[in-house]
Amino acid sequence: MEKFVLKYFNLIRTIIAILIGLVISVCLIYLVSKDPGFSLKQFLLGPFLSRGRFSNMIESLSPILFCGLAIAVAFQARQFNVGAEGSLFLGAAVGTAFAVSTRMPIFLHIPLVLLVAGVVGAAWNYIPGLLKARWNASELVSSLMMNYVAYFLGLYLINFHFRDKAAGYLVSLQLPQTAWLQQFIPDTRMHWGIVLSLVFAVLVWFFLYHSTTGYEVRMTGYNEKFARFGGIRVSRIVILSQVILGLIAGIGGMTEVMGIHHRFNWQISPGYGWDGVIVAIIGRNHPLLIVAASLFLAYMRVGGQVLTLMSDVPAEMVTVIQSVIILLITAEAFLSRWRYGITVREAARKVAAR
Amino acid sequence: METILEARNILMIYEDGVVANRDVSLSVEANTIHAVVGENGAGKSTLMKILFGIRQPQQGEIVYKGRKVQIRSPHEAIRLGIGMVHQHLMLAPDLTVAENMVLGVEPRSARLFLDTRKALAITERVSREFGMDVPADRKIKDLPIGVRQRVEILKALYRNAELLILDEPTAVLTPQEAEGLFKTLLDLKAHGKTIIFISHKLKEVKRIADRVTVMRDARVITTREAEGISEHEIAYLMVGREISFERIPAPRAVGNPLLTVRGLSLVNDENVRVLSNVSFDVRAGEILGLAGVEGNGQTELVRILTGLLPASAGHVSIRGTPVTGLSPRAIRETGTAHIPEDRMEDGAAAEASLQENIIIDRYYKKDFSRRMRLLWRSIAQHSLELVSRFNILALSPRAAVSSLSGGNIQKVVVARELSSNPEVVIASQPTRGIDVGSEEMVHNLLREARDNGKAVFLTSADLDEILKLSNRILVIYNGELVAHFREVANISAKDLGPYMLGVQREEAVSGEVRP
Repeated sequence: MEKFVLKYFNLIRTIIAILIGLVISVCLIYLVSKDPGFSLKQFLLGPFLSRGRFSNMIESLSPILFCGLAIAVAFQARQFNVGAEGSLFLGAAVGTAFAVSTRMPIFLHIPLVLLVAGVVGAAWNYIPGLLKARWNASELVSSLMMNYVAYFLGLYLINFHFRDKAAGYLVSLQLPQTAWLQQFIPDTRMHWGIVLSLVFAVLVWFFLYHSTTGYEVRMTGYNEKFARFGGIRVSRIVILSQVILGLIAGIGGMTEVMGIHHRFNWQISPGYGWDGVIVAIIGRNHPLLIVAASLFLAYMRVGGQVLTLMSDVPAEMVTVIQSVIILLITAEAFLSRWRYGITVREAARKVAAR
Repeated sequence: METILEARNILMIYEDGVVANRDVSLSVEANTIHAVVGENGAGKSTLMKILFGIRQPQQGEIVYKGRKVQIRSPHEAIRLGIGMVHQHLMLAPDLTVAENMVLGVEPRSARLFLDTRKALAITERVSREFGMDVPADRKIKDLPIGVRQRVEILKALYRNAELLILDEPTAVLTPQEAEGLFKTLLDLKAHGKTIIFISHKLKEVKRIADRVTVMRDARVITTREAEGISEHEIAYLMVGREISFERIPAPRAVGNPLLTVRGLSLVNDENVRVLSNVSFDVRAGEILGLAGVEGNGQTELVRILTGLLPASAGHVSIRGTPVTGLSPRAIRETGTAHIPEDRMEDGAAAEASLQENIIIDRYYKKDFSRRMRLLWRSIAQHSLELVSRFNILALSPRAAVSSLSGGNIQKVVVARELSSNPEVVIASQPTRGIDVGSEEMVHNLLREARDNGKAVFLTSADLDEILKLSNRILVIYNGELVAHFREVANISAKDLGPYMLGVQREEAVSGEVRP
């Protein structure tokens, strides 16, 4: 039993954190709700209670997953670039502009639009990468600041040049149908972009753990001096890892536009880039764990939406509950004493046996 | 004699499951110098941490001055009268000696401000009382390491330490400085203090200790009177087998220079001259030793030779190819291996696996990757080969390097560097902080490289190592070569010391050899 705990400690700790978070949520819901049983059911089971909600959960998985993977590549190289949000936003904006201005067959249009969005995102994050490699400017600060620039640039592009004046609100022109990602289950909004995000998870996993460049990325992250000592061009990796971040985030933003509304309709930054940071941390920068983390976060988000819609629990409380759970999961030292105790008993037993 | 401190049946297990102390008992007589010796990872430092309250053992008890005590923090240890001088000195470099002395127990003026004058007076009083000179008003960072160590000892004495623990105090000192420390320790003993000191170096143990405790593999093997035990015997008990102490004989044939350095200079970012006009050759089939107190330019010199740092002036060529300004990889490709001075900083990635550490210089070669794809199976196989060939203690090639002991991590580094089939080996502190057994192995490997016609450039703070391995010796002081010993047979540490300290120097020294 104790051996089992040691082996799967991180998994068990995550599960316990979720359980504690849920207990706290239950308490909070009991405090604020007149019908706590009903509210609780909406929060926990809501995402599964209708086809529409389930679809909501799966579709919101995709942008979170894209951003999580993007962030993970940079974090693996120990580059704390948080520019996924900006790359996603600007990539999607420029991609939209490109999509509405071009006419071509579907088999060309979809990949080209995605490529444009990805390249824009990549180019955008080349800047903090270059600043870091050249002048050792903190990528955390520069990418954070550039998120604002990307946001306003994207808004400017859409609202002043590609706005659909016929629509009653601020949105871009509709994409031509050749640039739509179709639903793979009819009557839902589950589109091929979601499948693409899962494909990317596998690609990123392969890149990080089975390619020479991925090895360079990880070694740079483990110990930059060691990487340089071994002959890796560290500055190249510093830039490359951030460029890849931008690429993936840009593509992720574009799939949202192409798969759901078929227009660019973000007037405020959607926040997926920040969700990406969260899932990258929960998934410890491992692409396959990030899939699970993204699914969990999507579940929490949709559960929260359902709770807000269906019960008397205010939206703010939902955010509090989500934060509590995420905080517990990410707290590294949580339960470390427990683990130490088990380690000691195991070792002591071995000593005694000898 | 009266027993001042006794540890009984200590069991200490770390977070990663390593059993560092197993049924360890130690009894220290008052007013003696008690040496604790053992290989790396034998559990000496752990035991000291327990005595000083840094870690709490799972089992066992400590009796201090006849009373059973629980030492839960260094603070409590100090209150009991136990002081500790750490291996990496715990002083604030930007504060003065006096400020460091009173840190935490400051004399105050108006209850709020540090009373500098009083602090100076205290420092002078304590330093006079124990006959240890320190410049009270100088900043720590401006002082040589030997003086800093004295400050740390005085600091403990000012806190009324009866029992002083020193963790490998001589590791960073020159022979002359070490001699000074021994005098200090003997003086303190005369003042009635008790001293526990940890060491790797058996000579110094014999020189000053009254009693010796030998640890091996987390246990205490024996405690003996220093009088009745020989260096040889201590080494045998530490390692559990015979160790050779002979100087390694001179090589049969020396070939052409493989590493050529001419007029190398370096001015660093703070406009300080770190290296001045350094020239030397290392020939095939010889080991050239560079002796010097740490921080006299050796680190930078090695970094320049391996492409990690650009020089301000001068040339380096390896096997006839100019390598000045080439990248670390390009220099490695000329057939150069580099054992870095700090294995955890440059030599290894602690969280990465053993096999990932092994391939850092070869992952892109065709044996280990094909079209950008890593061939993990061949990598694992290659790593296993090295693990068995270099006798590395590891659970699997996928185990994180951080789970290995210091000596085994060094073996991983040495295994990687020497298995790349180099022509030139640049070894910096290749045995720093590793145990006698691993040290012997590394020495044999370097000797083997030399006998196979490689050129070996060795820098080390450990003079015994330099003397034991080198065919020629250069001494560096303040970035300049100050002595060149072409014959080393009759040279001893005492001959090198004055050069290392800058007391003595030859004119226009160069380590060049004429063909």
